[in-house]
Amino acid sequence: MIEWSGLHSALDPFGPQAARVHGLWRFLWIVSLAVYVLVIAALAWAALRRRTPAEADPTPRPAAEVAGPALRTTIVGATVATVLILFVFLVVDLATGRPLTAAPRGGRGALEIEVTGHQWWWQVEYPSSRPDLRVVTANEIHVPTGRPVVVTLTSTDVIHSFWPPSLVGKRDMIPGEKTSVWFQADTPGVYRGQCAEFCGYQHAKMAFQIVAEPAEQFERWMARQRDSARTPADSLALRGQEVFLATSCVMCHTVRGTPAGSRIGPDLTHLASRRTIAAGSLPNTRGALAGWIVDPQSIKPGTRMPSNQIEPDDLQALLAYLESLK
Amino acid sequence: MTTQAVRPGSTATAPDEAEVRAALDASWGRPVGLLGWISTVDHKDVARRYLVTAFVFFILGGLDAALMRIQLARPENRFLTPDQYNQLFTVHGTTMMFLFAVPVMTAMGLYFVPLMIGARNVSFPRLNNYGYWVYLIGGVLLYVSLFVNSAPDTGWFSYVPLAGPGYTPGKRADIYAQTVTFTEISALITAVEIIVTVFKHRAPGMTLNRIPLFVWAMLVTSFMILFAMPWVATASLFLAADRLIATHFFNPAEGGDPMLWQHLFWFFGHPEVYIIFIPALGMISSILATFTRREVFGYPVMVLSLVATGFLGFGLWVHHMFATGIPQLGQSYFTAASAMIAIPSGVQIFCWIATLWVGRPRWTVPMLYATAFVVLFLIGGLSGVMVASVPFDLQVHDTYFVVAHLHYVLLGGAVFPLFGAFYYWFPKITGRMLDERLGRWQFGLFFAGVNLTFFPMHYLGLHGMPRRVYTYLLESGWGDLNLLATAGAVTIAASVLLFILNVVRALRAGPLAGNDPWGGETLEWLAESPPRPYNFAFQPVVQGRAALWSRTPDAPVVVGLRTDMREVLVTTVMDAAPDNRHRHPDPDRMPFVAALATGVLFISLVFTPWGLPVGALLLAVPMILWGWPNEEDNEKQRRQERETVT
Amino acid sequence: MRGATRALAAAVVLAAATALSACERETRRFSEQPPAAAPVSAVVMSDLQPGPSTPDLPMRSAYEENAWAVGEGKRLYGAFNCSGCHANGGGGIGPPLMDEAWIYGDAPENIFATIVEGRPNGMPSFRGRLGNQQVWQLVAYVRSLSGKVAKDVAPGRSDHMYVSPQEQETRDTTPVRSSTPPGAVTP
Repeated sequence: MIEWSGLHSALDPFGPQAARVHGLWRFLWIVSLAVYVLVIAALAWAALRRRTPAEADPTPRPAAEVAGPALRTTIVGATVATVLILFVFLVVDLATGRPLTAAPRGGRGALEIEVTGHQWWWQVEYPSSRPDLRVVTANEIHVPTGRPVVVTLTSTDVIHSFWPPSLVGKRDMIPGEKTSVWFQADTPGVYRGQCAEFCGYQHAKMAFQIVAEPAEQFERWMARQRDSARTPADSLALRGQEVFLATSCVMCHTVRGTPAGSRIGPDLTHLASRRTIAAGSLPNTRGALAGWIVDPQSIKPGTRMPSNQIEPDDLQALLAYLESLK
Repeated sequence: MTTQAVRPGSTATAPDEAEVRAALDASWGRPVGLLGWISTVDHKDVARRYLVTAFVFFILGGLDAALMRIQLARPENRFLTPDQYNQLFTVHGTTMMFLFAVPVMTAMGLYFVPLMIGARNVSFPRLNNYGYWVYLIGGVLLYVSLFVNSAPDTGWFSYVPLAGPGYTPGKRADIYAQTVTFTEISALITAVEIIVTVFKHRAPGMTLNRIPLFVWAMLVTSFMILFAMPWVATASLFLAADRLIATHFFNPAEGGDPMLWQHLFWFFGHPEVYIIFIPALGMISSILATFTRREVFGYPVMVLSLVATGFLGFGLWVHHMFATGIPQLGQSYFTAASAMIAIPSGVQIFCWIATLWVGRPRWTVPMLYATAFVVLFLIGGLSGVMVASVPFDLQVHDTYFVVAHLHYVLLGGAVFPLFGAFYYWFPKITGRMLDERLGRWQFGLFFAGVNLTFFPMHYLGLHGMPRRVYTYLLESGWGDLNLLATAGAVTIAASVLLFILNVVRALRAGPLAGNDPWGGETLEWLAESPPRPYNFAFQPVVQGRAALWSRTPDAPVVVGLRTDMREVLVTTVMDAAPDNRHRHPDPDRMPFVAALATGVLFISLVFTPWGLPVGALLLAVPMILWGWPNEEDNEKQRRQERETVT
Repeated sequence: MRGATRALAAAVVLAAATALSACERETRRFSEQPPAAAPVSAVVMSDLQPGPSTPDLPMRSAYEENAWAVGEGKRLYGAFNCSGCHANGGGGIGPPLMDEAWIYGDAPENIFATIVEGRPNGMPSFRGRLGNQQVWQLVAYVRSLSGKVAKDVAPGRSDHMYVSPQEQETRDTTPVRSSTPPGAVTP
C-alpha cells in the first residue's frame, strides 16, 4: 500500500498558499450557503404561502399589475444585494490572489526546481550553475521546509498540469512554453500531487510526491542524489548490472556511473531511494518492481515502457541491482 | 389583403372557414410515402425530427456516462480499458454538448417560435430540412466511429498537442473535427431561421414589446450561435489541416501555439453553454406564466437580462484557462466578468419568484420541473461564482468539483426546464396528455438521481480527484463517494426509462389534449393539437403582450392570404405591420440530396484532402438544382404576383 | 414512422460501410506477442534455390495497417536515435530510408532482420535490446518513410521542427543522400 497520508486535498492545507485558498473557500461556501438558503426560502414562501381569495384569483393578469410596491422594492433590494455580494467577493478574491502570485521573499532565497512533464512521468531537475551540483531525478521532489520553492514547468510532449493540492493550486505545463509556480511547505511530510490536465492513456496514474524535510536532511538527500551509482559489491547485484546494460533497460534509462545514459525514461540512478515507482502508482517494493519490469502494460496499459521477456534468474539479479541504487 | 374584424358565425364578408381550411390542407400538405417524408418543408416536421433524434442522442450519451460510472464505481476497476474509457468520455461530452443540448433547444425554438409569433412557417423551409439531415449525418458519423473503435478519445474539448498529429495516430481526432463541422452548420442554419422568422414573420400587432419571453430567449440564443459557432469551426478546421496537410497552426516548434486552440475553442465553448442555457430560461417563463396565471413580472427587465447574458457570455472564456499561466491582470478581468454574469441570472430568478408570489400556482409536473430548476441551478450558479475566483479555481480546475458545477448548471439549468417543457408542450406536439402521476415519479427519481450523482463530486474534487481519469488508487479514499455517484446514475437512468414509458403510453392511449389543455398565454395554444401544417387558418392579430389572455372575443384575424398555394405574411421588424406576401416553396427533395453530398464532402475530408475539391463539386450539383427554376414553380409565382384575391 | 426507420437504417449502413475500414487502423494493442520467429527464418540471402524455384509468399506486416503501431514506431525512431545515422529518412552515415533503393530488401521481415541482426558496415544489432513488438513497430514506420503504408495509417507531421515531409505525403523517391557510406553496396 502506498502511504497516502491524506495529504492530497485542497481542504488539508500545509503551505501558505493552500491555506489562503482554504480560507477563501470557507468564505465562499458560507456566503453561498447563506444566499442559497435565502433564495430557496423566498421560493418556498412564494410557492406555499396561503393566498387570500383575491390573490388566488385564477383570472390571468400581468404580475406587474398585481404586485405591490413592496415586491418591487424587494426585487430591487435583492438585486442590489447581489451586486454588493459579488463586489465583496471580487475584493476578497483579489486580496487572496495577489500574495499568491507575488514573487516569494525568503531568507535564503527561493529554491529553484525544474519539472518537465512527459507522458506519463515527471522529470525533476535541481539546476545549478555548476554542473557537478545538478540533481536529476524523477517523480519525487524533495524540498526543505520553511523555504519558498519556485518550480519552472514545461512539457516535452502534450499539456500536463502540476498540482499538489495540499500545497498550492495547479499550473499547466505547456510544450514550447515555460510556466512557473511557487509554494512553501511549512510542515515536514509527504504531499501527493497528480497530473491535472488530460494527457492520454495514463493521465489517471501520473502522480508525484513532494517530500518536505528539514534543511539538513534535505541537503543530505541532495548530496546523495548528486553521487553517481557505485559498482555493486554483491555478486548478484553485479550480475544484475550486467543484465541492465545488456538488455532493453539501457535503451531508455540513465544510471549515472554506468554507460547507461538514455533520457527517454526516468533517471534510475537512485531508484531505491524513492518511495514509489511508476509515477506514484506502485509502492517501491521488490514485488511491485518485479511486476512492473516484467509487464508494465497490465498495470498501466498504454504506458511507454514495453513488456519485457526476462529470465527469472536475470530478473532476480536485476532486482538486486536496482535495490542497490540508493 | 386585409385585416378585418371577423365575428364568428357572420356570413356576409367572412370567407367560409371550412372551405379555407380544406384548401389550406390541400396546398400545405405533404406527399405521402418516403419521398414526401424526406422532402418536407413543414417546420414542425423538421423540429419533431430534431427532438426525437436529439433525445436518442441523449440516451446514447447517457449510456456512455453509465459505462463510465460503472468503471469509476470501484478503485482500480477493470471494466473498461483506458482506451475505451477515453473514447467514452469524449463521446459522452461531444454527444451531450453538440448532438443533444444545442439541437434540442433549437428544435424547441424551431417548433414553437413560429407558433408563438403567429406565423405559418420558418423563413427558409428547405434550408431547415437540409440542416436536420446534416445534423443527423454528423451524429451518425460519431456513433459509427464509436462502434468501430475509431471514436475521438481526447475529450470534447480536444486540446492540442494531444489531439494533434504527433500524439493521436489514426483518424479519431479527424472524425471529431468533422462531427463538429456538421453540427455547427446545422446550428448556424437554425439560428438564421429563427432570427429571420422572428424579425419578419410576426403576426400583425406583435410589436417588439409584445414578443413572448421564450421567443426573446431563442432570438438571443440564435445571435449567440451566429457569433460563437464559426470559432469552433475555425478551430476544427485548423486541427484537421494540421493533421491532414501538415500545417503548423498548433506546432510551437514552427511558430504555432497550442494556446491558440484553447482560445478559439473556449471563445466558442463558453457562449455554447449559454446557448444551451438561455432557451431554458425562456421555457421557465412560459411554464411559470401558465401555471401561476400571471404574466411574468418585469418583462423589460427580463428581456434586458436575456440580452445582457448573451453579451456577457462572450467575455468570460479565459476562465477555462486560468491555470495556463496567463498574466494576472488579464485573468482578473475575466474573474470580474464571470462574477458579473450572475447578476442578470439572479434578476431573472427574483422576477420569477415574484411572479410565483402574486400568482395562483398549480403544481403540475412542468411546474415541479420549473421549481426544481431554481433549486438545482442555484447550486451550479453559486459554485460557478466560486470557480470564477482564480486562486480557488487553481485548486479545483480540472477536478470533479468542476464536473459537479457543470452538471448542476446543465442538468439543473437546462435539462430540468427542458423536461418541464416536454411535459408542457407534449400535448401541443402530439395531441395527447402525458400521465401526471407517472410524471411525478419520474421527476422525483430524476431530482434525487441528479443530486445523488453530482453533489458528492464537489467533495471529490476538493479532495484531489482530477477529471478524465479512468481509475483511481484504493488509497485515495475516493471509492465510497464514487460508488454513491454511480448509484445516482442508475437512478437517473431509471427516471429516463420512466419518461420513455410515459411517452410511449401517452402516444398509444393518452387522453386527447384539445387546443389548450393548460390555459396558456401564448399563441401556440390557439392552434390545434397537433397544429395543422399551416398552423393558423387565419393568423390572429395580437392585442397585448400575453397574446391569448389579452385576446378579445372580436379580435381581428388576417384574411386574404392565398389558399391555392403556400403563402405567408411578411411584416415589419419593429411593429409587425403587414408588409408583404411571400410564396413559400413546395416540398423538395434537393435539401436531402444536398445533405448527402455535404456528408460525402466532410467525411471524405477525414481521409484525404482531395475530399475538398471533389466533394465541393459534388455538392454544387444539388445546390444548383435546389434553386433551378421549373415551369410549375414559375407558373405559381406568376399567378401569385399578378392575381389578387378578391 | 416506417419511412423514418428506413431512412435512418439506410444512413447508418452507409456510414458503417465507410467506416468499417477503421477496425484495424485504430486498434491499440498495448501488450501482445507478435509473430516473430517464422518470418525471420523465411528471409534468405541468395536468389538461387535447388530444384524448381518456388514463388515467394508475400508477408504483410499486420502493424502496417495499425496507425498506433506506426506512430509508436515513429516515436521509437526518434527515441533510439535512428536519425543519428539515417537522419529523418534522408540518410547520412547510413543509407536513406525514404527512397526506393533497399540494400537488404524492403519486405517487413527483411527490415526486421536488419534491425535485430544488424548489417555489415555499421548497422548495430538490437537483439535483446528491443522487444519484438517494438521492432515490428519500427519496421512499420521505416516502411512508411518511403510511402509503403496506406495514407490513412501513416503518421501526420511531427510536433517538432519541420525536418521532413509528413509520412502521409511520402512516395518512393530516388536516392537522396549526402555521402556514400564506406564499403556500401551501391544499388
